[in-house]
Amino acid sequence: MTEALAAPSVEDRLASMFAAARDRKEAALIAYLMAGDPDLATSKLAAVACAQAGADLIEIGMPFSDPIADGPTIQRAAERALAVGTTIADALAVAAHVRARSSVRLALMGYVNPVLSYGLERFFQDAARAGVNAVIIPDLPPEEADELRSFADAVGVKTVFLLAPTSTAARRQAAMQVATGFLYFVSVTGVTGARKALPEDLPEQLTAVRAASPVPVVVGFGVSTAAQAHELAQVADGVVVGSAIVSRLAEEGSRAARVERVKRFVKGLKRAMKR
Amino acid sequence: MTTLPDGRGRFGDYGGRFVPETLIPALDELEAAWHTARADEVFQRELEDLLRRFAGRPTPLGEARRMSADVGGCRVVLKREDLCHTGAHKINNTLGQVLLARRMGKKRIIAETGAGQHGVATATAAALFGLPCDVFMGALDVERQALNVFRMQLLGARVIPVSAGSRTLKDAMNEAIRDWVTNVRDTYYIIGSVAGPHPYPALVRDFQAVIGSEARAQVQEVAGRFPDAVVACVGGGSNAMGVFSGFISEPGVKLVGVEAAGLGLATGKHGAALAKGRPGVLHGSRSYVLQTDKGQIAEAHSISAGLDYPGVGPELSYLKDEGRLTLMQATDAEALEAFQYLARLEGIIPALESAHAIAAARKLARELGPSGLLLVNVSGRGDKDMDQARKALDALEDAKRKPRRAPPHRATERGKPPPSGASDHRREVRPAGPKRAAGSSSPSRKASAARKRPAPRSTPRRSR
Repeated sequence: MTEALAAPSVEDRLASMFAAARDRKEAALIAYLMAGDPDLATSKLAAVACAQAGADLIEIGMPFSDPIADGPTIQRAAERALAVGTTIADALAVAAHVRARSSVRLALMGYVNPVLSYGLERFFQDAARAGVNAVIIPDLPPEEADELRSFADAVGVKTVFLLAPTSTAARRQAAMQVATGFLYFVSVTGVTGARKALPEDLPEQLTAVRAASPVPVVVGFGVSTAAQAHELAQVADGVVVGSAIVSRLAEEGSRAARVERVKRFVKGLKRAMKR
Repeated sequence: MTTLPDGRGRFGDYGGRFVPETLIPALDELEAAWHTARADEVFQRELEDLLRRFAGRPTPLGEARRMSADVGGCRVVLKREDLCHTGAHKINNTLGQVLLARRMGKKRIIAETGAGQHGVATATAAALFGLPCDVFMGALDVERQALNVFRMQLLGARVIPVSAGSRTLKDAMNEAIRDWVTNVRDTYYIIGSVAGPHPYPALVRDFQAVIGSEARAQVQEVAGRFPDAVVACVGGGSNAMGVFSGFISEPGVKLVGVEAAGLGLATGKHGAALAKGRPGVLHGSRSYVLQTDKGQIAEAHSISAGLDYPGVGPELSYLKDEGRLTLMQATDAEALEAFQYLARLEGIIPALESAHAIAAARKLARELGPSGLLLVNVSGRGDKDMDQARKALDALEDAKRKPRRAPPHRATERGKPPPSGASDHRREVRPAGPKRAAGSSSPSRKASAARKRPAPRSTPRRSR
């Protein structure tokens, strides 16, 4: 079972995604949305729409009651998702739904407690089965992640760790040693959510991290406009847009209108990935 | 003193650092600063001086003579943390952490608060050192604890209401962590409990250990021996770890943690994370957590805002698993009764949090009998709880009276249920145990009665 799940190598699938983007002279576009927000059916449609609009990787959020790394936009998304009873099993179902329709790469992103509650081993087995390529747990730094990594490795799912502007040289080094798939560079000292301006030294920081990293480096948190995304596409292997997509999905309108709005926005982001 | 946590901040399987990467370097910095401060005589002397001359330490260990007589002779001694400046043990920790913040060159203080006691203690320490201070408080708690909000503002702090989630302590802590993630470079986060990511559980315990070391010396002085048991209420667990730390190395001393049973453990509306939770991760550390079967954090309930928290410190989680901690619970009603009991028997109005410890101590003292010696930590005073206690006592009395309803003639007279308050009689609540002078009534009871429609005074209240 495990062997069957591990093949073809998922690392190859992420690496090939970044390589393909590079060949197109683009940064990879990573779109985030919350499973079950505002309901499961809409989030499935929106995820597929993101893939159709050109996203290279979709991060599917798993809602948690106490999201300490998230700003108001994603907090509200988690509240809406939990209000309709969204679980980890539902997030896996969103992944499987997209996987059945697209070869877009998939990551699950969420906090550690619901994952522990689901059971680490079972979580990674089910994630692999749903076609998930990577898992991102923002409240699980590398030093707490030994057990998680062993279960992830067993089924070939990548574990992505975060680097922050505050990370010391020693911590950057340590993260690079354990990172598989890619590294996630947090653009701002802060929580997720739209920012008018990104730190001035961000391009410099990213260039330094990329030069040292054995895996691709993506940047996220605070990227909300195509112009910001375009700027970062020049200095990162991938750009994550989350809150800006989530807020477009949350705006008033029919299900089709919401999904269409997201699709249009992601298409614009895709154009901004050009180098 | 225990040797835990280990180098990774673990107490057995509990503790650790489950926070965003942005904060990890700040936690490393804090840990290093604490290690050097702990070994620095100048720092320690300054803290001791502040505790003595500003906070009013050492706090006395008092004899609860009438309580002892009432419970069958077991000797009961009370560690009087309620006599600390600001009215609770919280100041021990905030003075220590503000000193640390100053030492680290931090320019701004933030804190979370539930009942407001930690917020007041933080605002006080920040005022003393002239540091700007923002306190995050659940919007519901801002309403419930208006007086403490005013106290914090008077002390120059800004109180920021948090309207996310359950709008209580848990959400205030989420928001404080988010602020810290954003302003980590120049901001110091004073956590008020033995919770949060490493090194906070150990750091707060060490600052609160002054309770235990004083109590250890004091009880030997007055009784010539260690107590049979030390009793403390447990929300996050800072007063409990503080007093327990003085006795943890004495295997003959039972450590009794009293959790909030709220409306009853069976109702699901309680704050008993150790008794009813399961291991999980909340606010940066692994510990017992009240949570759903899907791993979402559950809402706690307690009459006391300080115990209204779904988590508990990692060291207490460890002590539970090791069998070193004895767990007891007190319901809202039992705590309210103990609140009045200590007031009337000992002239001490405890905080509703501490009243949970008193409630359990009453039971425990009866079991221990006349040869027993019990030490109870009175973690805070009840002044902050006047409003809430009065409302709760009124509600309790109404609920008790419900089955009896109003005298039949009144109901039939109008052919409909009596309007609200019509069945009200003169309010009088007395604790089950102690006797008191007939007819006496506390000012708050009178004030309460005055708001209500007057009722015949001739009918004596049913006696218990």
